[in-house]
Amino acid sequence: MARIAVAEGVFTWPSDDPQLIGSRCSACGIVTFPVQDSCPRCASIEMKEHRLPRRGRLWAWTTQEFAPPSPPYAGPTGDAFVPFGVGYVELAGEVKVETRLTRADALRIGMEMELVVVPFRTDDDGNEVVTFAFRPVG
Amino acid sequence: MDVAIVGVGLHPFGRFGDVTGIEMGAIAIRRALADAGVAWREIEFAFAGSYEIDNPDAVVALMGLTGIPFTNVYNGCATAASALTQAANTIRLGEHQLGLAVGMDKHLPGAFSSDPRLYACPSWYGELGHFVTTKFFGMKINKYMHDHGISAATLARVAAKSYRNGALNPNAFRRKPLSEEAILASRMLNHPLTQYMFCSPDEGAAAVVLCRADQAHRYSAKPIYLRASALRTRRLGAFEVHSPWLPIEETAGPTVDASRAAFETAGIGPEDVDVIQLQDTDAGAEVIHLAENGFCADGDQERLVADGELEIGGRLPVNTDGGLIANGEPIGASGLRQVHEVVLQLRGQAGERQVPGKPKVGYTQLYGAPGVAGVSILSV
Repeated sequence: MARIAVAEGVFTWPSDDPQLIGSRCSACGIVTFPVQDSCPRCASIEMKEHRLPRRGRLWAWTTQEFAPPSPPYAGPTGDAFVPFGVGYVELAGEVKVETRLTRADALRIGMEMELVVVPFRTDDDGNEVVTFAFRPVG
Repeated sequence: MDVAIVGVGLHPFGRFGDVTGIEMGAIAIRRALADAGVAWREIEFAFAGSYEIDNPDAVVALMGLTGIPFTNVYNGCATAASALTQAANTIRLGEHQLGLAVGMDKHLPGAFSSDPRLYACPSWYGELGHFVTTKFFGMKINKYMHDHGISAATLARVAAKSYRNGALNPNAFRRKPLSEEAILASRMLNHPLTQYMFCSPDEGAAAVVLCRADQAHRYSAKPIYLRASALRTRRLGAFEVHSPWLPIEETAGPTVDASRAAFETAGIGPEDVDVIQLQDTDAGAEVIHLAENGFCADGDQERLVADGELEIGGRLPVNTDGGLIANGEPIGASGLRQVHEVVLQLRGQAGERQVPGKPKVGYTQLYGAPGVAGVSILSV
């Protein structure tokens, strides 16, 4: 079965070197994630697709130790639920993105992180649904 | 035109089986009317706040069909502050002289949930499990502790104070004191926040009767004046719940903006406030909000909490009725529960939890998704 992305247009996929897909305002330069059609700073509608840096630093984090309410959560629940880390990674002075983290312990603010694509769930057709996440570098 | 609060009423917060939200609203209204010595037919207008109840104005079926303008508001966790502000403004504008703000809700147990698209978030954000308010509060206090040297022990002390104050409040949901050890040892939900550091959605209602200040003595020997009520939403760069991304630039949150606006309108400073109600969705939120509302510098909370300054007998009494942690959060009613407590404190009617020294100025703050805050300042 195929490995499919959790949603189209969130990160480049399939790819050996995946990147998050954001947008940049042609008028004021702000970078958003994901893509949006209008600028939250200057209200311009001249937004262009912009691929984000793959590395950054952990800006804030916590853990998700209970299965989120479902819906909207679509991942494993009950005994299959595995707690995960979640945080914001600041990508090289461009934007902070909220993301799943590959681990829920030994995290500290300021540590260097890099983008990875990890399994999230198996859909009804047996496809492996994958998502972006960040893991500590090294 | 100045505005006075001349009656307050509360339906207790907690779990009440088959009692509907509308019925709880009617009970809160009757208690507020009795407190003001006002008959329902004298009420000229009303605003009602609720999340779960589409049409809280249907409470007129239980109160009396008098034909008054009755407007429903929903504004996230600042719903009750919005109902109060709109009611006060109606009087300030001279449109009416005597009116009512009421909030009521009846939530299912467990964390709030919704469709992320209704919050301008993509569907995948919810599918991945990011559309969870508790996780935001975990991240915010975890970062705040890192940046400003706050310990987990301080979070436990804040929660223990809420349960202790709740035990003194006959209307509270949680009325059993809990030790700091038990709070720290309870299930970790979103690091560093444990189960007993969080409030729960629950049920309840609260109402206040407002009038033109120059007529207040017709209704109350101890009118409480609403000196300011301000609402703000997030600006770009604030660290807010349900944000798939944040810009590099950082700015203060809506609580800071609402607080400054309210203090400016009231001509009162944080140093003048004698009793404080803060949005304590979790113990960390109370710690952060103490600074965001101007009552201390970032990081001072560690010492203030250790020294007992946030206790009923302390210099900055916070959440004297147990706050959200002991009362739970029926969203539509929560902010009017805060006002109810401040009014009792300023009248000297708070019984076992009365702040000593005749408090003269009170303060309330709400904060919630998707980045909205409401602040009110009241005085004798």
